[in-house]
Amino acid sequence: MLIVGEKINTSRKRIAEAVEKRDASFIGKVAQSQAQAGAHYIDVNAGTFLEKEADCLCWLVEAVQSAVDLPLCLDSPNPDALIAAIKHHNGEPMINSISLEKDRFSSLLPVVASHPCCVVALCMAETSMPATVEERVQVGSELIHKLTGQGIPLEKIYVDPLVQPVSVDIRMGNATLEAIRNIMNDFPGVNTICGLSNVSFGLPSRRLINRNFLALCMAYSLSAAILDPCDTELMSTLLAIEMLLGRDEYCENFIDAYQNGRLTMG
Amino acid sequence: MNPNELLEKIAFNVIQGRVEAEDEGFDPGLEGRRGVTELVNEALNQNIDPKKILIESLTESMEIVGEKFEQNEYLIPDMLASAECVGVAMDLLSPHLIKAGVKSKGKFIIATVKGDLHDIGKNIVAIMLKGAGYEIIDLKSDVSTDRIVDALKENEAPFLGLSALLTTTMRNMENVIRELEKQGLRNKVKVLIGGAPTSKEFAAQIGADAYCKDAFQALEIMKKIASSP
Repeated sequence: MLIVGEKINTSRKRIAEAVEKRDASFIGKVAQSQAQAGAHYIDVNAGTFLEKEADCLCWLVEAVQSAVDLPLCLDSPNPDALIAAIKHHNGEPMINSISLEKDRFSSLLPVVASHPCCVVALCMAETSMPATVEERVQVGSELIHKLTGQGIPLEKIYVDPLVQPVSVDIRMGNATLEAIRNIMNDFPGVNTICGLSNVSFGLPSRRLINRNFLALCMAYSLSAAILDPCDTELMSTLLAIEMLLGRDEYCENFIDAYQNGRLTMG
Repeated sequence: MNPNELLEKIAFNVIQGRVEAEDEGFDPGLEGRRGVTELVNEALNQNIDPKKILIESLTESMEIVGEKFEQNEYLIPDMLASAECVGVAMDLLSPHLIKAGVKSKGKFIIATVKGDLHDIGKNIVAIMLKGAGYEIIDLKSDVSTDRIVDALKENEAPFLGLSALLTTTMRNMENVIRELEKQGLRNKVKVLIGGAPTSKEFAAQIGADAYCKDAFQALEIMKKIASSP
């Protein structure tokens, strides 16, 4: 399971303050704590800075990469900010995200095709938000065809089936889960990725919902997740599920985490 | 059942979120008792004034739902169950309201702005305002400035609600307001905005009339607008 640490997002107050003050040491610490907790990528998102987003994102890329030796997940709906940030990144970033929305697609496609990178393909259609499983799979498939058509290998594509709140429509959990299963079946080698927390919007006990949703997503073959790796209950769930799904040989990772005191008890 | 009892029963069931008899409510033990559909039909059969049903059973009960939501007693699913009741009741009442010559509180155009496909919040606001007696014209999502302005002109609507969820698209709200100014329409329409990245400050900055944190605040603001000269 590939883990993208979600904590460096300026919608969180302390991160926004640190970016405002250009406090690289604080940002570096948040990056390091996520790396130690098992993140493979560190997500950076400066969306709340509006006009200054691109500058802030570039600064974040440098601040994080001088603190940890990990690739970053460059996270913005704004192609200009992503294109600027790629130039400051060492190694292969994950670009989060491209979608079928016209401007977003046409401005990002040449960039992701010409840079070595992974790309998150968000199941957002050109003119509508997919509601059903079929719509998600259709948009996901179209994105996969278009990206591979530009020579991007399947393994570098992370399809995000779009997670929507169950509080608004109770069918949304299933819609995401079935879409993950179908896309993984239809395109062997492709990856799927989700942010978990949207699913619990508007409900109490969100962390409980999120970690159970993670378990379900994994059972439906999700291969990557954007989450808080410092949440030990969530990470314990992840380790237990990987083991139960037969992806942890000799239960080694689970036992190792137990012996190092990284599991929550109970 | 006398008319007042009936109106109270409808209001009670809206708050409980019970569309029909087989529905469970917010509180336990209500299953099998008549819900909003059955009760509104009976009220219409008894020739109770449809306007009275609208105001006393629907509008006022949604205000109570709003208070419960503010106080965290109700969560989004509870609120949506009540909104669904209002939607169903409005479908039953509408032909009678038209026949009785009852006018809506005014045309309210609502849209998610250009480049943005997020419509969950916008839809909730639309349902709430419909239940409060406004005539909703929903232009859906990813709506261009031109289409919004054209719809305002065509319908002579006095109210406009704009939604955006993305920091990249919220600026398009400003474009709509600038275009209204350019065409000399700005003082003919009240513009309400909402959506996760927006704020009171942002509304002031782009020259909107109000920022709405959620659907219930939109209702409150509309109430204030209606009562001010």
